[in-house]
Amino acid sequence: MPVVIDHRPGKQITPPPARQRRDPAPSRLKYRLERMWLTPLYRRVLRVGLPAFVIALIAGLWLSDEDRRAALKDNVAQVVTKVQSRDEFQVRLMTIEGASPVVDRALRAMLPVDLPASSFDIDLPALRLQVMQLDAVEAIDLRIKPGGILSAVVTEREPAILWRHARGIDMLDRGGHRVASVTSREVRPELPLISGEGADLATGEALALFDAAGPILPRVRGLVRRGERRWDLVLDHDQRILLPETGATIALEAAIALDRAEDMLGRDISVVDLRDPSRPVLRLGIDARNTIRQARSLPLLGPDGRVLPEETKG
Amino acid sequence: MAELYQTQRAMRNMRRAALQRGVIGILDIGTSKIACLVLRFDGTGTFRETDGVGPMAGQVNFRVIGAASTRSRGMRRGEIETMAETERAIRTVVAAAQKVAGVRVDHVIACLSGGRPASYGLAGEITLASGKVGDHDVASVLAACEQPDFGRGREVLHAQPVNFAVDNRSSLADPRDHLGNKLFCDMHVLTVDGDVIGNLVQCIRRCDLELAGIASAPYASARAALVEDEQELGAACIDFGGGGTGVSVFIKKHMIFSDHVPIGGNLITQDIGQGLRVGLPVAERLKTLNGGVEATGRDDRDMIDVGAETGDWDADRRQVSRADVIGVMRPRVEEILENVRGVLDAAGFDSMPSQQIVLTGGGSQIPGLDGLAARILGPNIRCGRPLRIDGLAHQLTDPSFSSAVGLALFAAHPQDEWWDFEMPADSYPGRSLRRAYRWFKNNW
Repeated sequence: MPVVIDHRPGKQITPPPARQRRDPAPSRLKYRLERMWLTPLYRRVLRVGLPAFVIALIAGLWLSDEDRRAALKDNVAQVVTKVQSRDEFQVRLMTIEGASPVVDRALRAMLPVDLPASSFDIDLPALRLQVMQLDAVEAIDLRIKPGGILSAVVTEREPAILWRHARGIDMLDRGGHRVASVTSREVRPELPLISGEGADLATGEALALFDAAGPILPRVRGLVRRGERRWDLVLDHDQRILLPETGATIALEAAIALDRAEDMLGRDISVVDLRDPSRPVLRLGIDARNTIRQARSLPLLGPDGRVLPEETKG
Repeated sequence: MAELYQTQRAMRNMRRAALQRGVIGILDIGTSKIACLVLRFDGTGTFRETDGVGPMAGQVNFRVIGAASTRSRGMRRGEIETMAETERAIRTVVAAAQKVAGVRVDHVIACLSGGRPASYGLAGEITLASGKVGDHDVASVLAACEQPDFGRGREVLHAQPVNFAVDNRSSLADPRDHLGNKLFCDMHVLTVDGDVIGNLVQCIRRCDLELAGIASAPYASARAALVEDEQELGAACIDFGGGGTGVSVFIKKHMIFSDHVPIGGNLITQDIGQGLRVGLPVAERLKTLNGGVEATGRDDRDMIDVGAETGDWDADRRQVSRADVIGVMRPRVEEILENVRGVLDAAGFDSMPSQQIVLTGGGSQIPGLDGLAARILGPNIRCGRPLRIDGLAHQLTDPSFSSAVGLALFAAHPQDEWWDFEMPADSYPGRSLRRAYRWFKNNW
């Protein structure tokens, strides 16, 4: 209430109209709509189906024009190339670690990437498969380092053995995989030599045999694979040790023990046959046999093993 | 009778369908408030241990997922007076309960408190042809009950078989497979005014709801407020409502009598309004906050402001003492209780083995009512609260919601009624022939 009441016409304070109390009951329409909204099917359709339909409709209508589709495709391609050709994704340098100069040169010639290139354009798995075709490479770790460097860490195969076969001499690694070819035995005199068909498939066994041959190693000329199943150890002076198919190392150690005890290999023996480990067989050389034959007054043998005619001797 | 039989059967089928869908609504339409509970039946029957809710009385297979109550509109003395208003009130409460529950309610079970209920005890007997009681014998003994003239426009609300007897063996709950020559049954039938039910059905249908069952309010509140022993040994449940006071008498877990005293809490409010010259809202507030029936010396000094908005200082600052309020309320409460006494006397409650009386309903919250009722009705009085059911909010557990809770129990486990048994074929031969004829005509 104001202190002074103004009685002039039109100036009286009209009391605010009594608040109309709203009917708390929902109207019939609102009630029905609420019930409809509480129906699960309607709810799902309105909340998921309808927005999805509208979005699909708008997208479909917009894309139905050929020009718009082409423009959209162009825009997307532009954005993609723009991002890919950014300076941050450029590869400028290639480093190769752990490769010998020959392999290094081969690799540089092989990786057909003209730098600088975007790192999105370099297909590392394909490059890796390509490099793995080189025999001299055992493993390669190709990656793009930060700073735009294509780094290749190469593990080369180490030649462990020489394999003489019909087409020349190859260097093999421990697993029997070819590393490179050599022109002659003298290029790598420190590597042991094997030969024969299928010898590369048993390099592990061959290396074990060379290890076991310790004391007679200076005399060893090489191993020969026989029938793709067993080894012959060839010594100088045309001596051979025929090793069995299984337990070759043990047989060789037995032969070496015999040699130590009896100086077996220093005598005139051409072949030590250990193919049956329970029954070693020695084949004597011509001189030894002739000495024995002479002592027994039998006709002597010629270098080809035939009996010499009596008259030639006399 | 056959017509009613069909409609009640249809309602039972509707209830079964609602249970299948798992959601059913409970609509307690009273004179002063309307309550709606939304029940979810998961059917697992696994008991969820919650505070104060035990696995009693078969209320384990549902839980309340939404509840609302609102002021009732357009109702008078338990009957619908203005259909449109009541419809709005139902819409309000159903919308609120649905919102809480988050599911749509299609089927409701409603209760009816007014409609001048009248209960009848019927007896029937048949001779057993096979010497053994079969399913159809039960149905035919129920159909053989001789019906008194219910009066014009009366509808049967409940028809419950209370007792069966085979030859001289009485008080059988389930007589099937008993051997004997004669089968007797006692049936309790509650009839109400057909137009009142019609109005209720119409109102509910206009809210797009299907009626899946209908029960009498005194029966429903007794199922919630009486404990199992009281139902078994015999008790009366008195439901003090706004528009009337319902009385139901139970023994052996069956209702055997029900009546309605058309004096309720609204009349008390009206008395206060008239006696103390205040408006009805003020009178309602005085009744609920300061009401009572036993005046003490302190109540004379306990002055209550009766605010008003007349602009007259004297009128706006008027005070009444609490003793005045009590002095107005007490005669009316006494009148209600004396009417209830009359109803119980008419029902022969004195000859019941147990004289337990349970007061429930909103009016039973008047302080001191149990003392006054003990003086008028009998010594064994207690104030009953409804059974705790799973998920019901705490503010809905006071006695005024006992008929809603009882309806929930009724929805979960209805007692056998006459229409749960197949009607014997010979009782409607003409109709069935006509129906067969119509079927042939329509389909060939």
